[in-house]
Amino acid sequence: MKIACSISGDTPESTIDSRFGRAPRFLIVDTDSGEYRLIENTQNLNAAQGAGLQSAQNVINAGAEAVITGHTGPKAFDLLSSMNVKIYYAESVTAKESIQMYKNGTLKAAQSADVESHW
Amino acid sequence: MVIAIASGKGGTGKTAVATALALSAGQPVTLLDCDVEGANDALFFNTGICLTHEVTVPVPSIDPAKCVGCGSCHSICAFNAIVVIGKTARVYKELCHSCGGCRRVCAYGAISETASPIGQITKRHSGNVTLLSGELTVGKAMSPPVIREVKKYPRDKGITIIDSPPGTSCPMINAVRKSDFVLLVTEPTPFGLHDLVLAVRAIRMLRIQFGVIINRCDSGDDRVENFCSTEQIEVVMRIQEKREIAESISRGRTILDAGSEYRPLFAALLKKMIARFGMEE
Repeated sequence: MKIACSISGDTPESTIDSRFGRAPRFLIVDTDSGEYRLIENTQNLNAAQGAGLQSAQNVINAGAEAVITGHTGPKAFDLLSSMNVKIYYAESVTAKESIQMYKNGTLKAAQSADVESHW
Repeated sequence: MVIAIASGKGGTGKTAVATALALSAGQPVTLLDCDVEGANDALFFNTGICLTHEVTVPVPSIDPAKCVGCGSCHSICAFNAIVVIGKTARVYKELCHSCGGCRRVCAYGAISETASPIGQITKRHSGNVTLLSGELTVGKAMSPPVIREVKKYPRDKGITIIDSPPGTSCPMINAVRKSDFVLLVTEPTPFGLHDLVLAVRAIRMLRIQFGVIINRCDSGDDRVENFCSTEQIEVVMRIQEKREIAESISRGRTILDAGSEYRPLFAALLKKMIARFGMEE
């Protein structure tokens, strides 16, 4: 299964970026093979609105079935949920550590957005 | 002739001036309340609504049978209002600015436009004045389409007075543009001056003639007067701070009812404007 981690760096050692909509990139990790790739999300950094939706589109089209990020807003959360993409919140850990936490079952799937629009 | 009342700072007395000016005319006037996020000119009109008109904006709707998920609508959308997942585009109409770009670029004819309500226009009559009030529905984000609709709504030729929203961005610009003259209402306080400076810059960019009304002119300091004289801006009226005016307005009456000296003051200002710009639009 593929998991998208929001990061501002460009390696699995990069810390999870607390923003979903305006994360500079996503690390797409295949938990079965351990392979990973980066997708750029920079077009959203300066978007006036709708950044979360575009990020959601990017990770869904990259085949992600789960997202690990710091926070999500209402529109991104609804779009991801409607496509059965699970959302996990993590902070102050690297992408690699967060994947391990996911595998250990220490991350709990979020039931709702945790920040307002334009957070 | 179209006269717009604007300010920059809120609470300087735009509505007080607009209503007094309209009711002082002694001839038919259309008053457009373009402060659509807080339209309250109607509070001064003790008459019921005689007509309500719904304001809508066009938003795209996608025919999933025709959409192939090519993404061209998504690419052209400057407002991130469309996401494309797999073979279908989805519209988030609350982000849409109704530019129509998506419909134009869709090569599959999958996009049509549907009307999405965002507010209403109400019409009232009182004496010589017809009031058209724009009201943005609470929860809707964009006021300019409602403001433009109020200005486009059929009205009698002759004198039109526009009560603009405060500020200097899109809502205010949409309210005042294409008017013959802008009356900037301010007060002699640091806040009044600060926002007057911004408003003057905005109106100069629009190349519209303007003058200043200093409300509560005997309070505060003389920096607004100094600014106007340095910038060679015409101060067309000074209104003193009077208990009678506050009392009149608190009872839902206009400045005109605060004392017999006010009606000639506003009537003279309007007459001067008519002399300068004529009656026709």
